[in-house]
Amino acid sequence: MTPLAGYLVLSAMLFAIGLAGALTRRNAILVLIGIELMLNAANLNFIAFWRYGANPEALTGVMFVIFSIGLAAAEAAVGLALIIVAYRHFRTTDVDKMSSMKG
Amino acid sequence: MTASFAIIGLLTIAGATAAMSLRNLVHCALALTVAFAGLAALYLQLDAQFVGFAQILVYVGAVAILIVFAVLLTRSSETPGASRLTRAGIWGVAIAVVVFGLLTAMISSSPAVRHPAPPIPAATVRDIGNQLMTKYILPLEIIGLLLTAALIGAVIIAMPEKEAE
Amino acid sequence: MSNALDQIFVTLKHAIVAWFPASWQGLVSALITVAAIIAVFAGLFALTTILERKGLGRIQNRLGPNRVGPFGLLQPVADGLKAMTKEDIVPRAADHIVHFLAPLALVVPVFLALAVVPIGRNMAAIDIDAGLLFFFAVGAATELSVFMAGWSSRNKYSLLGAMRAIAQMISYEVPLILSAVTVVMMVGSLSPVKIVAAQAPDGWMPGWHLFTPWGFAGFLLFLTAATAESNRSPFDLPEGESEIIAGYYIEYSGFKFALFFLGEYIGLFAVSGLAITLFLGGWHAPFAFLEWVPSYAWFFGKLLGLIALFIWIRGTLPRLRMDQLMNFAWKFMLPMSLVNLVTAGVWHFMGAGVARWLVCGVLVAGPYFVLGRSLFEGQKLSKRTYRYAD
Repeated sequence: MTPLAGYLVLSAMLFAIGLAGALTRRNAILVLIGIELMLNAANLNFIAFWRYGANPEALTGVMFVIFSIGLAAAEAAVGLALIIVAYRHFRTTDVDKMSSMKG
Repeated sequence: MTASFAIIGLLTIAGATAAMSLRNLVHCALALTVAFAGLAALYLQLDAQFVGFAQILVYVGAVAILIVFAVLLTRSSETPGASRLTRAGIWGVAIAVVVFGLLTAMISSSPAVRHPAPPIPAATVRDIGNQLMTKYILPLEIIGLLLTAALIGAVIIAMPEKEAE
Repeated sequence: MSNALDQIFVTLKHAIVAWFPASWQGLVSALITVAAIIAVFAGLFALTTILERKGLGRIQNRLGPNRVGPFGLLQPVADGLKAMTKEDIVPRAADHIVHFLAPLALVVPVFLALAVVPIGRNMAAIDIDAGLLFFFAVGAATELSVFMAGWSSRNKYSLLGAMRAIAQMISYEVPLILSAVTVVMMVGSLSPVKIVAAQAPDGWMPGWHLFTPWGFAGFLLFLTAATAESNRSPFDLPEGESEIIAGYYIEYSGFKFALFFLGEYIGLFAVSGLAITLFLGGWHAPFAFLEWVPSYAWFFGKLLGLIALFIWIRGTLPRLRMDQLMNFAWKFMLPMSLVNLVTAGVWHFMGAGVARWLVCGVLVAGPYFVLGRSLFEGQKLSKRTYRYAD
């Protein structure tokens, strides 16, 4: 197993764990944690390919990850603000109960 | 694989699994911080120092604290968890396992992973700065605008309502 | 001769490392550096505790501790023995693992932060390209320890203190980093070693950044933000004894409390070390003819000067309220740091001469007065009267 394959499998495992959590857990904050894990797995993928792929002098992988980290922070901020407001309205953070639909 | 990669990888996976499976939400957030720190160590191993330090600064120093504040403000750590072996739970884990299997199959059958590794690239901060100012100037400005919009938006969304309800 | 004295620790370390076989040398070198940093700064911590208590005592018109040893100088030994032998009480409802890990989560990052500060010529423990970013990254990691301490104690006052402390630390991180970014912009590198090298004296002209308008304003901003980051008076609302009975430290006793204390002071040394590196010329002398004094002597002299300044401020200024604190950070210090950034740019692009001193001085002093006045407008303050004790 080459080093690149090792990092890619690790990133796939992290992605799968994040996906399992985001699909399974009922608390809205835990869904957000799962999403952050998936974003981080993708970042690891970018950096692994930058390091072991062709043409690392172009710094493409590093640039992608810098912008991705900034975007993830902005998304976490807005997402958590939404969760706090939804909690104020529904009095619960359980995503199954946050539904006003009938039927 | 080198021993350090195995140890750090194991720590990261353990942190991620704990983050997704513990009952107490604050423990989940702290396990997530361990996973972020493990990822920062992996970036340092991959010779991307700027990204590794930015990961600690942004994720451990800001996103993890945001998550714990949200946990405190919504007081959801007292949720009594029902047994998580519900049907939805098993489907979720099954989908994740299938996705992992597919990805690993793709990785092991791809010719791209068998290329020889190039020499260590020099990703100095000066090079990153140059690229940000020449080739990636438009994304830089857009992300500045986006961060401002997110800041103002988050404050406005979460502001308490003025009229008495 | 002076060069040999200057490099005495470096040559000593090389001599010890050369004694070992080649495969062990990297490990031994790292161990020696780590041991030296911990020994020196823990010793400085002991000295600072006694200096602070004596200094505060004198400012408050009383003697400090004077029973243990001559002039009370062995007081830290007594304090250490007390901390180690005191019973370690953990509340029954507390979250034991998190309660145990919180002091560690404070002490480890602050010692890591000390690793990038250049203490003398060729004496920075780690010389990486993005050293300043590393410093701020581990500084941000200390906030998590504050939260862990406050939350794991299952105590409402503790949690309230922790949330206030985190809000304060996050708010003051922005002016801290922005003032540092001004220096990075002028020097062109994130490495503290290069930042110090850019402040070398030039004959009769001191090369320190303190002696420029943007450097002076930046130094004051950085120092204020550093005081707030370390939760020191006048920003110690989260942990003041008369306020919230030690805030998030309430449920800690014995050695864990001593670890928190150690972590706070070492954090203070780290951020003072960075202030010295960024603005006060690091280990450089102010004038070229004073360069014969060893570099580490200059660094520790400046560090002791800054510590004395922090103790002086603690003894003199009253505590800020939470809303005053937050207003100060967001409405005064953040605009001032941005104005400082612009001033540094103007300084760079105007040529050398008197004109740029005048322009930059006005650019820094103008917003200072305008912002200061605007923060006072909403309050109706009566004229100050004094009553003297007869």
